[in-house]
Amino acid sequence: MNKTLQKNLHDSLVEVIRKTSAELPNDVFESIESGRKQEQEGSSAKYAMNIICDNVEIAKRKSQPLCQDTGTVLFYIHFPMKTDYELLQKLIKKAIVSATKKGYLRQNSVDSITGKNSGNNIGPGAPVIHAEPWKKDTFEIKLMLKGGGCENVGAQYSLPDSRVGAGRDLKGVEKCILDAVQNAQGKGCGPGILGVCIGGDRGTGYAASKEQFLRKITDKNKNPELAKMEESVTREANTLGIGPMGFGGKTTLLATKITALNRVPASFFVSVSYMCWAFRRQGAVMSPKGEIKKWLY
Amino acid sequence: MAVLENVGGAFQLTEPFTEEKVRSLKVGDMVEISGMLLTGRDAVHKWLSDGNEPPKAEVNLQNSIIYHCGPVMMKKGKNWIATAAGPTTSIREEPYQAKIIERFGLKAVIGKGGMGEKTREACQKFGCVYLHAVGGAAQVLAERIKSVEGVYGLDTFGSPEAIWKLKVERFPVVVTIDAHGNSLHKVVEAESAEKLKSVVEKIGK
Repeated sequence: MNKTLQKNLHDSLVEVIRKTSAELPNDVFESIESGRKQEQEGSSAKYAMNIICDNVEIAKRKSQPLCQDTGTVLFYIHFPMKTDYELLQKLIKKAIVSATKKGYLRQNSVDSITGKNSGNNIGPGAPVIHAEPWKKDTFEIKLMLKGGGCENVGAQYSLPDSRVGAGRDLKGVEKCILDAVQNAQGKGCGPGILGVCIGGDRGTGYAASKEQFLRKITDKNKNPELAKMEESVTREANTLGIGPMGFGGKTTLLATKITALNRVPASFFVSVSYMCWAFRRQGAVMSPKGEIKKWLY
Repeated sequence: MAVLENVGGAFQLTEPFTEEKVRSLKVGDMVEISGMLLTGRDAVHKWLSDGNEPPKAEVNLQNSIIYHCGPVMMKKGKNWIATAAGPTTSIREEPYQAKIIERFGLKAVIGKGGMGEKTREACQKFGCVYLHAVGGAAQVLAERIKSVEGVYGLDTFGSPEAIWKLKVERFPVVVTIDAHGNSLHKVVEAESAEKLKSVVEKIGK
């Protein structure tokens, strides 16, 4: 990588972080808007949805974090084969340090043994980078910032689960997902979006459930059974009356996204990740020179 | 006459924060607070419950309002500015909150996601309310912060965990636990649990 490419990539990465932190993707905002219309005038639910919509507008205008918990920093990237990946990792970390100084990210990475905040969002396991080389000469950088409140209400079930009455079948899966919604109540900053993985092991299941958040709210699952379950879970969850922030109301979930991985015969996991309404996800394609060519959401 | 003035549907809670004022509120009321909020979250609650206390001259917790919040702070010259300041999940402070309400006579606790039985009982017994701010609404809430009056424990606790003194104006919240033993969280959870039962039955075996 020559100096120009390094500088451009660094600047583009900082811009991706800024935009992710300050601007809600359109597909999410439209979904929130339609939820707001459903809530009753004068209710706490409507009050919360109005504040949420105001917040989205102010954050974008001021280029400041939508939510002060700028979360776990998760990158999903593709890069040209010939790229020096070690150097690319360094550039990503450098961009995170710059973005933290500019206030796009809060100082959010804490040493689990000493309790000390690293102050720059860098440390073991921070940031998370999922990276794959590809044959194209462009870079694709997707970023998700996932806050702690919603991360804490994620759940993993091992089927059968007698507590929720779930057997080792798709009906059992659906019961687990709805149980997770009930347990989350308003603690995950609803209305929420669910990412679910059926199968895999404990590690891959959670990772795949999070990757579901890279899908647009409006897309439809290619697998007809999963598409049906996605609709059914969202519809049923919205009859529970938990509502925005758990204040009671009609909008509990905006969407559910489900995938499946193979499992070993003995294991049958259902991994559920919850994303708050402040769904910070963005992505860009960068030219071989490292300049942003196109936004992905 | 009502204890608190109602402007545009929201009760105005202003200083001095008193037991009479907070006892006049009930679950579901929309409230706007004007005055001083003190931020405090995980590290501070643990520290206070270990028997520690900040020097009164710097931070006076007596009769105050604690806000579960770890703001994004930027220094402009000599002054701090809160650029994002929404609530954090309150339930993590459940083991400590009741004792802290009693010890300092807290008049309100602001956070998100609700709190449990011990806090609900302490609110009723000692005259305190739990006020729910809209989670994630860091910009709307930061705009209501008019000035940052100081900070305690910045080095010890780190920026998100320090005690920040925030002067706010018409800071919007909803009462979800009042001082009369009512909790919106308890009601919503019980009702949604009932509904879930019938959904699960419908899914069948």
